Amino acid sequence: MNQHAARIADPLLNFSNVALGYGDFTVLRDINLHVRRGQVVAMMGGSGSGKTTLLRAATGQIQAQEGQVSVFGQDIAAAPPPELRKLRQRMGVLFQQGALFTDLDVFENVAFPLREHTRISEAQVVECVLDKLNAVGLRAAAHLRISEISGGMARRVALARAIVLEPELILYDEPFAGLDPISLGITAQLIRGLTDRLNCASVLITHDVAESFAIADHVYMVGQGKLLASGTPDELSRSDDPYIHQFLKGEPDGPIAFHYPETPAFEKWLGRHGGRP
Amino acid sequence: MSPTKAIAALGGWIIDSIHRLGALARLLVTIAAGSGAAVRRPGLVSQQVHFIGNYSLVIIAVSGLFVGFVLGLQGYYTLNRYGSEEALGLLVALSLTRELGPVVTALLFAGRAGTSLTAEIGLMKAGEQLAAMEVMAVDPVRRVLVPRFWGGAIAMPILAAVFSMVGIIGGWIVGVLLIGIDAGVFWSQMQGGVDIFKDVANGVIKSFIFGLAVTLIALFEGWNAKPTPEGVARATTRTVVSGALVVLGLDFLLTALMFSN
Repeated sequence: MNQHAARIADPLLNFSNVALGYGDFTVLRDINLHVRRGQVVAMMGGSGSGKTTLLRAATGQIQAQEGQVSVFGQDIAAAPPPELRKLRQRMGVLFQQGALFTDLDVFENVAFPLREHTRISEAQVVECVLDKLNAVGLRAAAHLRISEISGGMARRVALARAIVLEPELILYDEPFAGLDPISLGITAQLIRGLTDRLNCASVLITHDVAESFAIADHVYMVGQGKLLASGTPDELSRSDDPYIHQFLKGEPDGPIAFHYPETPAFEKWLGRHGGRP
Repeated sequence: MSPTKAIAALGGWIIDSIHRLGALARLLVTIAAGSGAAVRRPGLVSQQVHFIGNYSLVIIAVSGLFVGFVLGLQGYYTLNRYGSEEALGLLVALSLTRELGPVVTALLFAGRAGTSLTAEIGLMKAGEQLAAMEVMAVDPVRRVLVPRFWGGAIAMPILAAVFSMVGIIGGWIVGVLLIGIDAGVFWSQMQGGVDIFKDVANGVIKSFIFGLAVTLIALFEGWNAKPTPEGVARATTRTVVSGALVVLGLDFLLTALMFSN
């Protein structure tokens, strides 16, 4: 294998026997996954299954309780702060809530990474930002304050900001949430097109089955505190696994419970409030 | 409450207070270490001076005018008893430049700009804006806290100067225009009795230190606020209470240091 091919084959993001959680509580364990250059990878699972925790681990916001998370071939837990900043400069992240800077307007929000990490001229900043805003359909909204745009528009601005530096690894947390059907389709194609054009890697944290299956090369499903399945969208669609079947079809009955499980703490609370113990 | 529980609660409060003081000192060191960013990008600081100054300018000017009015009236009543009402200009100027200018401005600053800073930082935290910045490889301390810290520290002496200036005009309106003290005496007493270093410069130093303290407390409370509406509300209240107490405590210390023989 020549050097170029080896570079392409190396995963940009790699989880090796990883356990993740907060404090003493473990959300996910035995996670093994990898994301390669040019791939769109979807990570799916029900609400509260730990999808966003995976993203936090990939960005170094939380550290693995066990195992190793590697980004661009480097163990993110072992990276000293300057090295971590360099790794993060090569990533783009779309946050679940958008996380737009409310003291800046739409244009300045998208320009923020350019102004912080590059020394390009103002004319180039304007051209680049308007180009990215155009890609998400919001070129003419550049002058608006964040308080003046809708939730769906805010997510598209956040998407433009995540891709403005054309990073090598882009992590999207719920990129399709709150979008109307037209924006949803265009956003999905934008993610696919960007991944192909930049030859970067894209990770979608989502539970939108139709759109993510349409653009993903590989899908990981998490639930019940572990990685439940992985494969191409076709493989998962054909799976007989009852969990995957229920999730993909959105059926009410199956191994995924709709109701939050009762715990001793809840029973104690209920007893105090006069309910049945 | 049993005595044991009361002692435990008191101990807990003391430990918590020491912990918060340590965290405040650490934040100050972090901001000081990152202050090179403010020198490299002065535009961010001047933007904050503009915002913070704008927040407080009207309330400072109006308060200064009324404090000047009251000083003019009270000063005249007292001085008139001893037949020395011509010293009214000096009394108004010294009261404002030495004490009332820096202290009242700092108290108003804590209530107006301080709470705005706390709420802004707290809401940035609640909206994941600070986390987003960190993930974008941008240090939120250098990008958000440092410009605001120096912006507040620079804005405070300017606001205190505005307060004192408007207050002196207020004293002049009452003393000269309404009561009829001779304008020449009013101004010449002031000119002869106010020392540029001992009175004016010390007042400026005081207001700068108050600016540092109040801005640091405001940023600290916002930075450590629980990222909920209730958490941000509590943090803004703490900014006003802690800011006001610290200003009054520091004023006593600084006055003792600056004006003792």
